[in-house]
Amino acid sequence: MKYICFGYLDVHQWSKLTQDEQNAMIDACIAYDEGLKRDGHWGGGEGLQGPETATMVRFQHDKVSVTDGPYAETKELLGGLLILEARDLNHAIHLISNHPGVKMGPWEVRPAADMTQMIRESEQRRSASK
Amino acid sequence: MASIAPDDIPPLLESLFRSDSRRILASLIRLLGDFDLAEDGMHDAFTAALESWPRDGVPDHPRAWLVSTGRFKAIDRLRRSARFNTSIDGLAELPDEGTPGPVEEDRVEDDRLRLVFICCHPALSPEASIALTLREVCGLTTEAIARAFLIPPPTLAQRIVRAKAKIREAGIPYELPGQVELPDRLGLVLKVVYLVFNEGYSASSGEAVTRPDLSGEAIRLGRQLLELLPDPEVMGLLALMLLQESRRATRASASGDLVLLEDQDRSRWDRGLITEGKALVKQALASRRVGPYALQAAIAAVHAEAVEPSATDWSLIIGLYTLLARIAPSPVVDLNRAVAVAMRDGPEAGLDLTDTLLSGRKMEEYHLVHSVRADLCRRLGRTEEALASYRQALRLVQQEPERRFLERRVAELQKTIPDPVELAPLRTTRG
Repeated sequence: MKYICFGYLDVHQWSKLTQDEQNAMIDACIAYDEGLKRDGHWGGGEGLQGPETATMVRFQHDKVSVTDGPYAETKELLGGLLILEARDLNHAIHLISNHPGVKMGPWEVRPAADMTQMIRESEQRRSASK
Repeated sequence: MASIAPDDIPPLLESLFRSDSRRILASLIRLLGDFDLAEDGMHDAFTAALESWPRDGVPDHPRAWLVSTGRFKAIDRLRRSARFNTSIDGLAELPDEGTPGPVEEDRVEDDRLRLVFICCHPALSPEASIALTLREVCGLTTEAIARAFLIPPPTLAQRIVRAKAKIREAGIPYELPGQVELPDRLGLVLKVVYLVFNEGYSASSGEAVTRPDLSGEAIRLGRQLLELLPDPEVMGLLALMLLQESRRATRASASGDLVLLEDQDRSRWDRGLITEGKALVKQALASRRVGPYALQAAIAAVHAEAVEPSATDWSLIIGLYTLLARIAPSPVVDLNRAVAVAMRDGPEAGLDLTDTLLSGRKMEEYHLVHSVRADLCRRLGRTEEALASYRQALRLVQQEPERRFLERRVAELQKTIPDPVELAPLRTTRG
C-alpha cells in the first residue's frame, strides 16, 4: 500500500539546534531516505520551501484569483512529503517512527486512495458521451 | 459425526454461540479480512448448522466446521454482490484449511488476541477502541454499549462503523505486535480494559440496574487476556480490578452516597475476589518485572488485608506509592502518597505534602487535592481553612455522589461554627 507522509517541522525546536546539530539531523534524514530507497519503500518525496513562498490559486466569483499566503503555519510547518511503499499501516508506522525527522516534528501518515475504480468509471462515462 | 438427538441441536448451538462465537468471529476476520463480512458469514454458518446438523449429525470439530462454513458462506455473499468483483479473486484462492482439529488451537487463540490488538490499535481513538472492543471481543450489542455510556445508539453505531472503515481503509493489519512494540501495544489494551472497568465502577447512580455490568465485562476481558498472554501487567490489572470489585457492595450507601474506604463495612468485602486478587499480585510481583498496574494492585491488596482501617500497614503503602511515583509519575499518585503519609505520621505531615503539590499549580484544577486538603485541615481543627478547601473542591467536582459527599462534609462543619452569617453563600450547582 502507498502511504503519503506529511512531515512537519517544529520551528522553535529546530532553531534551538546549533549549526552542527542541524547538519547532523539533515545528514541522518537523508541517509535514512537513502535506506528507504535501497529497500524499495521509497515512493517519492520532496522537501518544501517555507510557507512565505506559498501562493494560493482559487476559484472565486467566477474567476481564478491568485493571492499571497496562506501563512497559516507558525509553530509547526509542513516541511516535506514522503511517499512510503509499505505492507500495511503497522509497517508504515514502523518505517516512519524510525525516521530521524520524527524528532523535529510529527509525521501525518495517510493511506493513498485507490483511484482505479473511479478512473475506470470516469473512462466509461467519457467514452459513452462521445 | 456424533449422534445427538435432533431436538438437542438448537440448545447445543445456542451454547456454542455463547461460548465460541467470539473465537469463530476472530478466525473469520483473519480469513476474510473484513469485520462485517466475517460477522455475516458467522451468522450464516450458525443458520446452516441449525439446518444440517439435525440431518447429518454434529461434526467432530463443531467450531472448525462453523469457521470453514462461515468462510464459504461469506465468499458466496461476495460472489453474489457484484461490486466486490475485484477483491473476490484473492479470497477464493485462499488454500482450504481442511478440517482443522485440536492442533489448530494455538492459531485460534492467536486470532482472539489479534482481535483484541486490532480493536485497541493506537491509530483508533480511545472511544472507538472501547466501543469496538465491547462489540467485537465481548459480543455486546450496540444498544447495550450505547446504554452503558449514556449516548444515543446511532452515535455509537456510527463510531463503530467509522472505526471499522479506518481499519479497512488505512490498512491496519490483523496481526500480533512484534516483541519491540508489544509493551506499548499491550499498555494500550490494558488501558482500554481499565477504562471499561472504571466506567462500570464509578457509575454508582440509581440507574445502574438498567446498565449492563461493565466492570464484570472488563474482568471477563482481563481473564481472557491473561489466558492468552500471561504478562505480569495483565495479572496486575486483573488483580486490581478484582480487588476493587471486592469492595463494590460497600462503596455506596443504600441511598447511593459515597462511602470512604475507612468507613466501609469490611465484613462485606468479597473474600473470594480478594483471595484471587492477592494470588495474582503475588505472582506479578514475583516476576520481577513490576509495572504500574501490579503496584496499584499491591496497594489495593494491602488495604484488603487490613481487618480494620487502623490495622492498615501504611508504611508498606507509602513504599509502594513511592515506587509507583518513580515508574509512572503522576500528580494523582503523589496525592495518594500524601494521604498515606498523613495516615501514618499525622495530618500535619500530609498537609505539608499536599500544599507542596498545590504550589505546583498543575494540580489546582483537580478537585481531589482540595478535598484532601480540606479533610486534613478538618482533622487539625482548622475549620475555616477546611471549609474554603471544600468549596474549592465543590467548584471542580464532576461526579454527583462525590458532590453530595462534599456537601455533607460542608454542612457538618458549618454546624460547628457559631456564626454562619459570615460565610459566603455556598455554590451547590456543579462547577
